[in-house]
Amino acid sequence: MATDPLHQFRIEQIVPLHLAGHDVSFTNSSLYMVVAAVLVTGLLVAGTASRALVPGRLQSVAELLYEFVSGMVRDNAGAQARPYFPLVFSIFAFVLFGNMIGMVPGTFTFTSHIIVTFTLAALVFVFVTLVALIRHGFHFFSFFFPSGAPIALAPILIPIEIISYLMRPVSLSIRLFANMMAGHTMLKVFAGFTITMIGALGAVGWLAGAVPVAINVALIGFEIMVAFLQAYVFTILTCLYIRDAIELH
Amino acid sequence: MVNPRLMVWLKGLAAAAVLTVALGGTPSFAQSGEETAHATDSVEHEAGVHDEKGLPQLNTKTFASQIFWLAITFGTLYVLVSKVGLPRVGAVLEAREAKISGDLDKATQLKAETDAIVAAYEKAVAEARAGAHKLLNDTAATADAAAAKRTADVVAGLAAKQKEAEARIEGQKQTALANVRAVAAEAAAAAVAKLAGVEPDQAGVDGAVDAALKERA
Repeated sequence: MATDPLHQFRIEQIVPLHLAGHDVSFTNSSLYMVVAAVLVTGLLVAGTASRALVPGRLQSVAELLYEFVSGMVRDNAGAQARPYFPLVFSIFAFVLFGNMIGMVPGTFTFTSHIIVTFTLAALVFVFVTLVALIRHGFHFFSFFFPSGAPIALAPILIPIEIISYLMRPVSLSIRLFANMMAGHTMLKVFAGFTITMIGALGAVGWLAGAVPVAINVALIGFEIMVAFLQAYVFTILTCLYIRDAIELH
Repeated sequence: MVNPRLMVWLKGLAAAAVLTVALGGTPSFAQSGEETAHATDSVEHEAGVHDEKGLPQLNTKTFASQIFWLAITFGTLYVLVSKVGLPRVGAVLEAREAKISGDLDKATQLKAETDAIVAAYEKAVAEARAGAHKLLNDTAATADAAAAKRTADVVAGLAAKQKEAEARIEGQKQTALANVRAVAAEAAAAAVAKLAGVEPDQAGVDGAVDAALKERA
């Protein structure tokens, strides 16, 4: 049995595939991305199949998800951000389902990979910058100098603002990836303790090994919360960036 | 409830473990685990492209595949969600909103109609009551007037009759008085004739009687 806590993050090829000299094999990561996309779409389509006036369970979940993200966009990004609702919804649903699917033992958590979270964060970053440039043109660059600040501070403020702006995708992606990775590693580390104890201590190990299992039970609850919370944080920051892009300061 | 500070501490521990593993100084449990994992891996995967040591997240050879499939799955998800999923949910929510507000409008309209009917009914009742009141008052006034007129007539009739009776009494009294004079004159003449033996003069008797009546009146 594999007790390497990092083994769960290993990318395993399922269907080898090469495109223009790049290895784009269909992997376990790709598989769960597809699963997440299918589940999200399936929830929305199957949930609205009956179009009931009084919603059933699945429809309630679909409506809840819709209104939750809709409210998030309205409250954090403003009314003008309504056209970007589908994008924000896709991000939230994709990350949430990615995180939650990862909580099922034996699955792969694609959001625990920095390249995935960074690509998503970069998408948000590029999108938000484009929105700001299209809406405000060159006036967008005034974003890097807070209005009302003394001109003398410009040499200090402008680099700080630019760096903090450029750091957005970095912090956005690392926050999500690190949380998912740390949580899953921790679960595996504690599970590994049990196996090591049983292997090393025999009968006593079976008894002592119950302690990390008990801790893991609590941790899984905590990790499910983190899985939701990180999807929420990622999305809410996306909303705030969109608000910045629409309103500047 | 799990203490969040404990969680932070545990996470730090886990992160330390991860770093140790990543940097090559593997603790014993991880090392044995890793060896086992590698053994399994080499059986399962001949290609071995992803069999790098260290953090799988930092294995750049897997980046192209992950970005590629992320783009495909997320792109597809975005299209499906924006073109199919969200419009469907939105339509359901809007239909419910419309139904609810429609029902509310209908209810408001029905309530307005009810209110109008109630107002009309109350107005009719008030009018009827006012009419009845007026009729009652008029009737009472008419009756009062008639009663007063009848009373006045009766009073007037009685007064006339009283006056007539008084006049009649006065007349009879005069007649009686006149008769009394005649009787007195006759009696005086008879008394004079009896006492004096002479037939008194008529004019003298009348004068004496008148003087006596005048004296007594």
